[in-house]
Amino acid sequence: MELNALYYLIPSLIMFACGVYGFITRRNMIAMLISLELMLNSVDMNFVVFNRFLFPGQLDGMFFTLFAIAIAAAETALAIAIVVNVYRANNDIDVRDICKMKF
Amino acid sequence: METSAILILAIPLLMFLFLGLAGKYLPHKWAGILGTLGMGVTMVLAYTVAFEYFFSGNSLFIDADGNRLQHVVFNHDWLNFYDKLSIRLGFLLDPISAMMLVVITTISFMVHLYSNGYMRDHHGVWETGFQRFYAFLSLFSFSMLGLVVATNIFQMYIFWELVGASSYLLIGFYYTKPSAVSASKKAFIVTRFADLGFLIGILVLSFYVGFYSDGNITDAFTFTSLTSVPVDGVADTFQVSEGTAQVIRDLFQNSAAPMFMGASVLTWALVLIFMGGMGKSAMMPLHIWLPDAMEGPTPVSALIHAATMVVAGVYLVARLFPLYLMAPAALDIITVVGALTALYAAMVACAQIDIKRVLAFSTISQIAFMMVSLGVTRLDHSVALGHEVHEGLGYMASMFHLFTHAMFKALLFLGAGALIHAIGSNDYTAMHGLRKYMPITHITFLVGCLAIAGIIPFAGFFSKDEILTACFGHSTVWAIWMALVAGLTAFYMFRLYFLIFWWKEHKVHDEHHAPHDQPWTMTLPLVILAVVSVFAGFVPFGSLVTWNGHPITGSGFLTNLENLNWSVAAISLIIAIVGILIAMKMYKKENPLPEKMRNALPALWDWCHHRFYWDELYQFITHRIIFGLVCRPIAWFDRHIIDGTMDAFAAVTNKASYAIRGFQSGNVHMYVWIYLIGAVLLATVTMICVL
Amino acid sequence: MLFSNILIYFVLIPMLMLGGVALCRNIKQIRAVAVIGSTALIALSAYLIAEFLKAPVEDAVDGMYYYQSWHWFTAQNLNINLTVGVDGVSIAMLLLSSIILFTGSFASWTIAQPKAFFLWLILLSTGVFGFFISLDLFTMFMFYEVALIPMYLLIGVWGSGNKNYSAMKLTLMLMGGSAFLMLGLIGIYYHSSVDGHHTWNLLEIARNNAISTEWQYFLFPMTFVGFGVLGAMFPFHTWSPDGHASAPTAVSMLHAGVLMKLGGYGCFRVAMYLMPQAANDLAWIFLILTGISVVYGAFSACVQTDLKYINAYSSVSHCGLVLFAILMINTTAMTGAIMQMLSHGLMTALFFALIGMIYGRTHTRDITKMGGLMKIMPYLAVCYVIAGMASLGLPGLSGFVAEMTIFVGSFEQGMTDFLAGAGSLRLVFTVIACCSIVITAVYILRVVGKLLFGPVQDKHHLELTDATWWERLSTATLIVCVAAIGCFPNFFENLIRGTFDPELFRAIAMNLNF
Repeated sequence: MELNALYYLIPSLIMFACGVYGFITRRNMIAMLISLELMLNSVDMNFVVFNRFLFPGQLDGMFFTLFAIAIAAAETALAIAIVVNVYRANNDIDVRDICKMKF
Repeated sequence: METSAILILAIPLLMFLFLGLAGKYLPHKWAGILGTLGMGVTMVLAYTVAFEYFFSGNSLFIDADGNRLQHVVFNHDWLNFYDKLSIRLGFLLDPISAMMLVVITTISFMVHLYSNGYMRDHHGVWETGFQRFYAFLSLFSFSMLGLVVATNIFQMYIFWELVGASSYLLIGFYYTKPSAVSASKKAFIVTRFADLGFLIGILVLSFYVGFYSDGNITDAFTFTSLTSVPVDGVADTFQVSEGTAQVIRDLFQNSAAPMFMGASVLTWALVLIFMGGMGKSAMMPLHIWLPDAMEGPTPVSALIHAATMVVAGVYLVARLFPLYLMAPAALDIITVVGALTALYAAMVACAQIDIKRVLAFSTISQIAFMMVSLGVTRLDHSVALGHEVHEGLGYMASMFHLFTHAMFKALLFLGAGALIHAIGSNDYTAMHGLRKYMPITHITFLVGCLAIAGIIPFAGFFSKDEILTACFGHSTVWAIWMALVAGLTAFYMFRLYFLIFWWKEHKVHDEHHAPHDQPWTMTLPLVILAVVSVFAGFVPFGSLVTWNGHPITGSGFLTNLENLNWSVAAISLIIAIVGILIAMKMYKKENPLPEKMRNALPALWDWCHHRFYWDELYQFITHRIIFGLVCRPIAWFDRHIIDGTMDAFAAVTNKASYAIRGFQSGNVHMYVWIYLIGAVLLATVTMICVL
Repeated sequence: MLFSNILIYFVLIPMLMLGGVALCRNIKQIRAVAVIGSTALIALSAYLIAEFLKAPVEDAVDGMYYYQSWHWFTAQNLNINLTVGVDGVSIAMLLLSSIILFTGSFASWTIAQPKAFFLWLILLSTGVFGFFISLDLFTMFMFYEVALIPMYLLIGVWGSGNKNYSAMKLTLMLMGGSAFLMLGLIGIYYHSSVDGHHTWNLLEIARNNAISTEWQYFLFPMTFVGFGVLGAMFPFHTWSPDGHASAPTAVSMLHAGVLMKLGGYGCFRVAMYLMPQAANDLAWIFLILTGISVVYGAFSACVQTDLKYINAYSSVSHCGLVLFAILMINTTAMTGAIMQMLSHGLMTALFFALIGMIYGRTHTRDITKMGGLMKIMPYLAVCYVIAGMASLGLPGLSGFVAEMTIFVGSFEQGMTDFLAGAGSLRLVFTVIACCSIVITAVYILRVVGKLLFGPVQDKHHLELTDATWWERLSTATLIVCVAAIGCFPNFFENLIRGTFDPELFRAIAMNLNF
């Protein structure tokens, strides 16, 4: 069985859809964060796959993925910090309850 | 000469600044003395200057043929408009300005002196603002002197406005009294309205003179050249800049000069300038401010609203007289306005109760005499009742009347002030029978009345006689008209005199508080002015003041008597005496005759008493039309339409942002939904397009 | 060198003042900084005038003295420079601004939150001074905005009455004007030269004279309206009554006294100077608008009861006269316009200072609720009368000189047009504008009569006190200036006209074949 791109892309698509679904339906900030990570990772996977199958001689996609992973890690740290602070202020991490920040 | 000229203007100005700034810290008495002294010095200087001008025989002032010349003592640039036109401030000496210097400083000094007594009550307590009063008097004197010595029409306009402002300040001297405040406001606004005409007239004149002359307009605009225009057939005797004269003559006679509504634009300019004169000199229909101006202190009325400022209009016409001579239509307008005003004011004066208002209307009427006299002056040879009339007699008569009127009207006003001060009321109903209590006031007032009525040999006789002669020389209709007004003058003045000093005995409740003559500071000016009023008629005006400087009579003491046109004199004397006799019959003793007359013609009395309802008409125009139909709608329009439009813009923007602000809810889930749907839609559209 | 040019100090001193105020610990120090700084500015302008009058003509670059230009941002061929230079007009404006700042500091002697107030006030004046010395459209516009923005805070925070509304309205309307203006300025920039070397430099643009007539027709209204909004041109004047009514004293003074002059100055220096052809052809539209302003403002003022509204409408009328005279394209009238700017700036600052002082005592500005103040506060009342007399054009005070010059110039131009068959519009509107002298007298005397004369309306007012020393100093300075212009007009007229004559008008004359 030849492993073509589709074998990678379909799981990636499923992951992305899961991420979107989770992001929309969840109200818990941690859950939203996880959904976000899911989406990011699916995109990373796409990068790698396309790089591998379309431009095998180059490493641009790989680098980009590494870059995205690093950024995502930083971003997660930041987001978690915000979530912790929100929790301290509100005693819960439901996004609907932090609309105060608008004002 | 130059030093005196500068000092004449500088002393009153400095006095104004000093008393205005430091007066508060001066004792009242010293402020009065200082002001009076300053004016006294100015008077002496003005006398020396006038004496030197008229009698020194200096070749600057009089040429070899005995013609008087115009002399510019100094003239400095004050404001350059452009290279060809600038305003200069200077000092012009010619017969009328020298005469006016004497008149103004004399009356002003008398008033300064008189006010020392008038501006305090019976216990010697000074009026509040006494120093301010003297400061304003000085300011007025300065402005008036500046006006008469103006070398050009712009300088005249400047000081014209300044006298208006000082008149405003002085009328409103009792500023806590609402009637005084509204009177001062009225005076300023009415004269300001007239000045609008004056201003536009100046603009037209300045433009034309500049447009058609190659040289410097400023030079052309100096009175010495503007008014010294040679008229065909008459020798010009003032210094003439030939080029300018030619230019002005071309202006009037050139058919290429633009016309406006059937008259040459320059005629219009002169009429507009005359409109300024009408405002200051209270000619109908701009007279309404003068009777109200009597709200000011009486010395102020004597100085400003009888002797000096109100004749500024006459002076203006006299100043530009050579120009007016070239526009007979403008002169005709002056005659008609003057004649109508004279009759109107005389009629109204017969039905007033307030003695100052009687005098105010009499002033209007007398100034109208001067105007008519200027208006009927032509240079063609004319004959009045069989005697030849000197060329330019009307001009001389007008100036002569200005001179004598200033003296006797100031006298009458100061006399009225003494009465008011003694009685504490302006109405003759509170006076009656005062002759025993106030003998000096009585005699001097009588002299004033005789002078204004035109009884020989008092001052008014000679000047009024000359005016009537001039009128006869021009048109018999106007002459008879003016003679009737002269009769009316005699009647209302003696009505006033008899009602104040005779009619019935004055009721005295307490001998101690009986009215009495006032302190010397007040009686001395009365006596001096009375003496002047007796003799001023003998001043040989014909040899001193004429329109072109060329003397028309000799200079002896009795020359006025010798030159009398006896047929005219007889007419005017008879009419005056008839007027006096009627007044005597009606008012000497208490009797029901006046009441009967009033009941016989109630409408006439009502109209005269209410001054022909002019004030009501103006009230209607200003309040209902200007305020009600112009100002208020404009203010409403501004607040509701213009501002409303701007607010509507803001409101629409606001509404729109409220409408779309739902998109910015801050709800992340909604954003994601919208984003997702958008992305899907876009993808679909793209795919459809691609496929 | 930057600091070798005297003009730079006009911006530098306010900046130092900003720093100084920021370091101050109490109100006394703030006052000291404000007074010392503004005195230095007055001294600097006086020195500048003295130097300017002595300066030989060869020093000037196209009529501009102390001309100097430094590159600021020239990448991408943007050519943004800091270009400075002055002529008589700008010097007069600099003098005016420094005097108003000086007196304004005294007028806000006891303001609340002085530090923040003075910071904004001085920032505003930095913008004003920068605007007057700039000859580069970009920096000019930048300083213009610097002068506008603090106004919002100054009115919104320190104002009175319906201040939020007024501050918002004022800022938004002026910003709307700026939008037009920016469009106009960028348009000018893109048409500033034929060879593609675009420039913001005013003098170079005038020299290139490259804006085509069609573009002038588009850009002239843009710039004229843009500046005209600030000059309170009908129908864009409605920010003025509300804005002035709410603004604190010193801000009203600076705004009416100086900021509104930015409008007139800009119309003259940018719109008229750079686009003479359009100025000539389109003048009739704006003549009608400004002519209406003159009479309309005066009539509106006649029925107002709020002192500040009266004065704001009177400003509409007087500033209308400035723009009106500028549009005459006639040396005399334009000189008169600048004189009117000076005169109106001083006079209206005096008015607003006095109104602020009266309001501070009586806590009302409604003239129907006051009366007889002459008896209670004679000093302020006398000053008010003097200001009123200056406003209605009494000779010896500044108003007369300015109005007379404008009327003579306008009438001359009107008649010239008329006789040349170019229509009677200018003539007719000159006569209409002349009518304003009567209407002005009506509303001024109405206020004076109601407010100062007559019986005392309110018994409580009897206990009020007259002016304090700083109030006296502030008003006396302004009165002296008003009287100085009124008594010695030739000095100022020569200062201004010296620049009009050959150089500044060259551009206009070149196009119009005068």
